[in-house]
Amino acid sequence: MALHDVVIVGAGVIGCSIAAALAGTGLSILVLEKEADAGFCTSSSNSGVVHSGIHYASGSNRARFNVAGNQLMEPLCRELQVPFKRTGKLTVAWNVQQAAKLIKLYEQGLANGVPDMQIIDRDAMETLQPGISGIKALYTPTTGIVSPYELTIALAERAYANGVEFSFCSRLSKIKPPGSSSPHFRLVVEKDERTANSSTYRPAANSQLQARVVINAAGLGSAEVARMTGIETPDIFPCRGEYYILDKRLKDSLNLLIYPVPGAHSGGLGIHLTNTTEGVILIGPSNEYIKDSEDTATTAEILQALRNEGHRLLPSLDTNDFIRSFSGIRPKLAPPDEGGFRDFIIESSPEVPGFIHLTGIESPGLTASPAIAEHVKEMVGQLLPLGKRNNIITGRPPINGTPFLSTRFANAGLEEKAEMTARDPDYGSIVCRCETVPLAEIKNAVLRIFGPITLAGIKYRTRAMMGRCQSGFCLQRISEILEEHFNIPAEQQTLKGPGTELFTGRLRPLDPDKAANLPQTGREYSE
Amino acid sequence: MMRTAAPQPPVADTGFVSTAARLVSDTRFAVAVIGAGPAGLAAAAGAAEAGAESVLLLERDYRAGGILNQCIHDGFGLLRYREILTGPEYAEREIQSLSAYHKDSPSDSTIFLAASTFVQTIHRSGTGYFILYCMSSGQFTAIQARSVIFAMGCRERTAGAISLPGTRPAGIMTAGTAQRLMNIQNITVGKRAVIIGSGDIGLIMARRLTLEGAEVAAVTEIKPFPGGLDRNIRQCLYDFDIPLHLSTGIIRIHGKKRVEGVTMASIDPDGTLDAASARFVPCDTVLLSVGLIPEHELVRDAGALIDTVTRGPVVDQNLMTSIPGLFACGNLLQVHDLVDYASKEAESAGRNAARYARGDVETGTACPVTALHGIQYVLPQKISIGGRIEFSLRVTAPEINFRIQFLPGSGNDAPPSDLPPAAPLFSKKFARVSPSEMIRITVSCPKAEPLEVSGGAEY
Ligand SMILES: Cc1cc2nc3c(=O)[nH]c(=O)nc-3n(C[C@H](O)[C@H](O)[C@H](O)COP(=O)(O)OP(=O)(O)OC[C@H]3O[C@@H](n4cnc5c(N)ncnc54)[C@H](O)[C@@H]3O)c2cc1C
Ligand SMILES: Cc1cc2nc3c(=O)[nH]c(=O)nc-3n(C[C@H](O)[C@H](O)[C@H](O)COP(=O)(O)OP(=O)(O)OC[C@H]3O[C@@H](n4cnc5c(N)ncnc54)[C@H](O)[C@@H]3O)c2cc1C
Repeated sequence: MALHDVVIVGAGVIGCSIAAALAGTGLSILVLEKEADAGFCTSSSNSGVVHSGIHYASGSNRARFNVAGNQLMEPLCRELQVPFKRTGKLTVAWNVQQAAKLIKLYEQGLANGVPDMQIIDRDAMETLQPGISGIKALYTPTTGIVSPYELTIALAERAYANGVEFSFCSRLSKIKPPGSSSPHFRLVVEKDERTANSSTYRPAANSQLQARVVINAAGLGSAEVARMTGIETPDIFPCRGEYYILDKRLKDSLNLLIYPVPGAHSGGLGIHLTNTTEGVILIGPSNEYIKDSEDTATTAEILQALRNEGHRLLPSLDTNDFIRSFSGIRPKLAPPDEGGFRDFIIESSPEVPGFIHLTGIESPGLTASPAIAEHVKEMVGQLLPLGKRNNIITGRPPINGTPFLSTRFANAGLEEKAEMTARDPDYGSIVCRCETVPLAEIKNAVLRIFGPITLAGIKYRTRAMMGRCQSGFCLQRISEILEEHFNIPAEQQTLKGPGTELFTGRLRPLDPDKAANLPQTGREYSE
Repeated sequence: MMRTAAPQPPVADTGFVSTAARLVSDTRFAVAVIGAGPAGLAAAAGAAEAGAESVLLLERDYRAGGILNQCIHDGFGLLRYREILTGPEYAEREIQSLSAYHKDSPSDSTIFLAASTFVQTIHRSGTGYFILYCMSSGQFTAIQARSVIFAMGCRERTAGAISLPGTRPAGIMTAGTAQRLMNIQNITVGKRAVIIGSGDIGLIMARRLTLEGAEVAAVTEIKPFPGGLDRNIRQCLYDFDIPLHLSTGIIRIHGKKRVEGVTMASIDPDGTLDAASARFVPCDTVLLSVGLIPEHELVRDAGALIDTVTRGPVVDQNLMTSIPGLFACGNLLQVHDLVDYASKEAESAGRNAARYARGDVETGTACPVTALHGIQYVLPQKISIGGRIEFSLRVTAPEINFRIQFLPGSGNDAPPSDLPPAAPLFSKKFARVSPSEMIRITVSCPKAEPLEVSGGAEY
């Protein structure tokens, strides 16, 4: 039975941050993830805002890790070449009562150590965002935005390049804490049978493992994982937020983030427009408690409400500007009848030594992740000897010998594009027309995936399929590329791992003799 | 005259254009055509026929033919060739007709094709030329043209654009994507499908799936009448006993990993969903056929006005956009239900673009053509010179005994006048009209003046 110093459960932004922070300290580390890639749960479905830290009660984990995370995020993103932008944010008051609340927020921000806040009046608001309504606003220049899935992937890559093992499609189902029979944790992993015998899936971990330390970063599954050890932990109340993505054409309509003053018991920060590092604008999120923590459906009523709100906030909006809806689920500790927020739980379990428990990491978990990781690293240091981090790969590492492409073709200037195309002909072949993603970038992304190769994994790495036609044009082309260049037959191609097969088979059997003589569309295409 | 460096013959032996001319930056052409679907092909022919010295056809796919290459059903060419052709056959005819303008030697040729070439942006240079930035394998070139014809076709509306609620599992795609996967890539998309929307592509795919052994559980349409042509409703649904549910909306898509079904419900005349009628239909695939949107981004970014109804550019009687020298035709201009009309429209855009390149297009003050009650849109949206003008329009709802009239109007902002209404320039009663069928009407307009087009049922 393989023994690891540390097993991290969950490859969301929290698990991957911790893995990246611990990598290179001499420990053998394994990350278990039930999904087919890093960040497929909450870490890819949120607003991507790097909060300033004004919203959370002073002295709480949320306030502390938010403010620290906000400062760590920019240098981290620079190092990892993850899109980050310090946009600043206005929290807007429309009436006197709300204006009074702004003062409270300001004071709370001061106590939390949020720098450079200002309460500003209409004129200053108008300068920052022409056409804005409201009477007063709290301006927090340190608020920013980050690409949450790219951050999670980059952290996973950094960890992987520095020796951390990852096992995808592997759900942790049992934990036996250390005891008389074994000095270590014993873990049982449920592997998806469908991942056997397929070129798409890399071999997953053994189904029986041992660990000295187990770190629970399982997000929505964190209560369940904790209970596997026998400890008590509060219930998680899944609370969904639905969004719309708006067409890139509107990207200049918003200079900075604009939020309403949150209501007393609202468990979110209100429906608002958020710019993303990719230029699309998000509208959302809603705030509804649901039963099933995996139910990321959207609903007709909320979509309608979001559309109405969108038209109110951006009068030039056209129905075709709503290019997609999605939802993310907050792992809330505050029950529905209480509302609002409860604090993050981050502790080295006193009952089960060696078990580090993180739960209730809802907003601002993304912002807080670098600070939480440093804190958890210290906790691990109390349990296991940490070596000095020598020879560690910094920056955005090559994966399996494939370098990271730091300039995205779509963002390059005309001359740069010409240069790139001359250097590598695959830059001239455009695969995704909406986001201008060339063949070179699709190939690079696939080569850098160290887990299962899925369409969603390619999407998050390249932006292909994310544009206004939502894969109508490029799905078939990417499918062809996977077949031609990577030997993954169409029947084995999935959206997000086993069970999400995209196609059901072949129309006509591929007779190997005849197939050789058939005109091959893909070959000409990829020339 | 300048030529591409070593142009390949645009017509390959097979009759399909699949070769790419090597483009050389700063090469100048009289006319550039973006998109080599049926519209682009006919536009190039029209331009060459009207005497353009050099015409460059730019196509992002690896061969010409556009959407027709995946339309292996028949029903094309009845008007243009008086024959029933499949899509690829129709495309082949169009490609063959270009051979007159292409000879083995580049210096004798007029039309060149650059396939696998993606036009990314267009700028206007100070020299009276437009600069087109083109990407192709290993090349990034900026070519120049006096006039440009947009013929980029359209794309399909997506689940996001119609706000489809529910989950987002594998197994949801547009009907056109499924068509390409099946007809070109030999891939089956599912075993039991629900098709949302009754556009022509969805209807064609309902039949196609059935013929390939899949089951089509339902075709749903939110409107009280189908979006596709009558003949497709009959030949693709009724002949195969596929149920069509009109006035039916989708409440939810089910399935976390792969589609497991949809919940649909009828829509009452007041537009609300009748929750009592909600029912679950199991399926593993959802195809969307909910409308087409002209690929207008290049046109919009070039600064041309876009019509909010057609979502194509606003054009005048020469099919010229609001930017002189830029022309539009085919599905980019308006969604055509018959390719024959797309070709015809494109030929005239081609001729006008050739004339423009020679400096031979008369223009005057543009007067608006306004669609009033009963009419969804009318093209052209502006006229600047009188003459016999061919208009295309669509009505808003299916009607019988429907009279369509073209009247001289007051223009949009003129105050109402007390003068008696002017005599119509055109007035005709149609026995049957439907939004799924484009209506083409030629009107003699004595001069450029504002026009109002309206329709109403007469009993
Ligand atoms: C609508 C919404 C908006 C938000 N907006 C913001 C924002 O603007 N700014 C901000 O800072 N934060 C925001 N957040 C919060 C932020 O997204 C989360 O705090 C953060 O993503 C949590 O990361 P995580 O790694 O804990 O969780 P996850 O990303 O959910 O990762 C947990 C992982 O554990 C895996 N897992 C679970 N159980 C098991 C098991 N038994 N075995 C193996 N693997 C398992 C899951 O598959 C998952 O991948 C938002 C959240 C939501 C829902
Ligand atoms: C499924 C289906 C069934 C149909 N059935 C019939 C029928 O039975 N009978 C009938 O008469 N008509 C039918 N039609 C209608 C007819 O096919 C269309 O009206 C016609 O194809 C429109 O031609 P087009 O050239 O405007 O567009 P397309 O055929 O779409 O061609 C546009 C071309 O432009 C290219 N392009 C786009 N952007 C760029 C760029 N930036 N750079 C370079 N190239 C670019 C595209 O690759 C494409 O090749 C059908 C259409 C469909 C989709």
